[in-house]
Amino acid sequence: MLKSLVGTLVPLLAAVVALAFGATMLLALGASPVEGFSAMFDGAFGSGSRIAATAVKATPLILVGAGITIAFRTNVINIGGESQIIAGALLSTVVALNLPNLPAILLVPTVLMAGVVGGGIAGAIPGALKAYASVNEILSTIMLNLVMVQFMNYLLRGPLIDPYEMEAGTRIPQTERLSDNAMLPNLIDGTRLHLGVPVAIVAAVGAYLLLWRTPTGFRLRAVGHSADAARAAGMNVERNITLALALSGSLAGIAGAILVFGSEGQRMVTDGSAAGFTGSAGFNGIVAALFGGLHPLWTVPSAMLFGALLTGATQLQRVLQVPAALAVALNGIVVIFVVSSTPARAWIQKSLTDAGLFNRRSDSRTKGPGSSREGAGDLPDLPDSTEGSGDV
Amino acid sequence: MSDFFTLSVLAATAASGIRLATPYLLASLGETVGQRSGVLNLGVDGVMLLGAFFSYWVVLETGNLWLAVLVGVIVGLVMGLLYGFITVVLNATQGISGIGIYIFGLGLSDLLFRRQVGTPKPVRRLPDVDIPLLSDIPHLGPALFQRNLLTYLAFLLVPATVLLLGRTTFGLNIRSVGENPGAADSLGVSVERTRFVAILIANSMAGLAGAALVLQLGIFQPNLTQGMGFIAVALVYFGAWRPIGVMGGALLYGLVNATVLQWKALGIIPVSGSDLAAMAPALLTILALVILARRVSAPAALTRPFTRH
Repeated sequence: MLKSLVGTLVPLLAAVVALAFGATMLLALGASPVEGFSAMFDGAFGSGSRIAATAVKATPLILVGAGITIAFRTNVINIGGESQIIAGALLSTVVALNLPNLPAILLVPTVLMAGVVGGGIAGAIPGALKAYASVNEILSTIMLNLVMVQFMNYLLRGPLIDPYEMEAGTRIPQTERLSDNAMLPNLIDGTRLHLGVPVAIVAAVGAYLLLWRTPTGFRLRAVGHSADAARAAGMNVERNITLALALSGSLAGIAGAILVFGSEGQRMVTDGSAAGFTGSAGFNGIVAALFGGLHPLWTVPSAMLFGALLTGATQLQRVLQVPAALAVALNGIVVIFVVSSTPARAWIQKSLTDAGLFNRRSDSRTKGPGSSREGAGDLPDLPDSTEGSGDV
Repeated sequence: MSDFFTLSVLAATAASGIRLATPYLLASLGETVGQRSGVLNLGVDGVMLLGAFFSYWVVLETGNLWLAVLVGVIVGLVMGLLYGFITVVLNATQGISGIGIYIFGLGLSDLLFRRQVGTPKPVRRLPDVDIPLLSDIPHLGPALFQRNLLTYLAFLLVPATVLLLGRTTFGLNIRSVGENPGAADSLGVSVERTRFVAILIANSMAGLAGAALVLQLGIFQPNLTQGMGFIAVALVYFGAWRPIGVMGGALLYGLVNATVLQWKALGIIPVSGSDLAAMAPALLTILALVILARRVSAPAALTRPFTRH
């Protein structure tokens, strides 16, 4: 009884502690937690247009999160969401600049596909480096983030800059206004809800079907479960690892296209940093995926929650002058707790056992560490990229 | 280009390269100790940001540079306690836990800066300290021996880390729990305690690196590091887990950055070209990883949690 109570308690505790941390921060900053949280809720869900804004904010998180799920299920860590978003955005922007007169019915799918290709390439590079050159993908994806942000700055300050900015001498690093035909059509008047939102949900469903209803998905998960066993069964482990990161990147790439063609400014613009364009969706997507138990469908409500946190934080800043960065700090807390909640449960059980509160015979101590994770819900053991592969 | 190849410009570039290398070197040396014990900490950037913010805030409020440095180290130590608890006590996955620490540090430092300071205000910087006689060597002297105390400290910590890892019992323990924790455990070495101390060293060095960064610049802004902590982690791989190699990597990074800045200032490369040049260090790192991947091996137990069977 006590044991099952502990089992359900820890993940719940994770959410409670994140909330408690938020409340403590609000108090420390001299704001009332009740007012703070109600301002956030109001900002995220207070009206139809606010719910729409939350959904739009959640869109890149759904896409990146669904992609992260594919990678993690293949036991590949993808920290390169930022670079893949930027690559997708850049390629789709170039396509739109070159085909401005294509009718919308053709141009919108074309720019989204360009996003898929751009992000896919940015994902396939670290994938192939891991598969064929044993380069640790955590490091290579992080390095590619740093490379792509400079490449974006180069293109937007140089070859792709709005000619008007050059004439006027203002040199704001942004493209010219992109063709109306490329913009994602608005779905509900008076809100910012655009086509990108259903596209992201369809992509998440697609990721689910791919992983659990196709031979390709079976192979990816088999490689994720045990590369050696998959190889013994005749699967091409290298190709599947590359594919996993390419797919993961292509979903992030769609997010990049959506950020450009769903933007109010109708152009791609940089402030010099990656986060300035992506809103850190490449990292926050990881948070959403982990919180959704690494399941593409659960990523959708999970991403909505974090989208709400982001729009809510904007309102918090407006009403109570508490900086919106609070949402970022809370995201970090959530990651830390989600990652440690399963082992924490094992640890608490072990501590209680050592204290004589559990029946020793039925306990994890005699069965080894792995079995104490039974019934941990949907969350699989998180990937550990260097394990067994000797990667550098 | 001929403007660049004059003794005084080259010396100035070298000087600024050494200054720029300092935060990388401090963070990477700490991370080397951590990784040799089998613990990967991807949260270095977040810890650096927190260390940088708090030491900036202390200088802003008190004007005391050394108190600021101390606070940077303490902030790192506190983050080390958190990270050690997550990864050593709870055995959570290291890669993602580190990303959690990064996001947390990024958000918290941003939040506190906007709330407590608001707009960036310049503060006192670390003064340069001349080393008698050596600093009088023409060109070379000012570049190498008119630096701030944290730069000297960073470079002195290189041989110190070599000695720690190679010549002390604790260093042997660190290496053994990083290579074969099971064997170390059977010989009576506490894997948990050794890794925990290594994590504390790694994180306090990251906090110190943040302090060094902000006290050399004399200004703080949100996301000041712009991914420097991640580069510091990569430099450990780059340096093949050896302090000397790590120092080489940090110096290369610092000098490449300094050269790009100098070329931009001299108009040798256009502004947009400097963005392309800024891609060079990260691309070099990827290239180095490709070349090194099959030649050097990581500590065998890196990222593997230890549980006694």
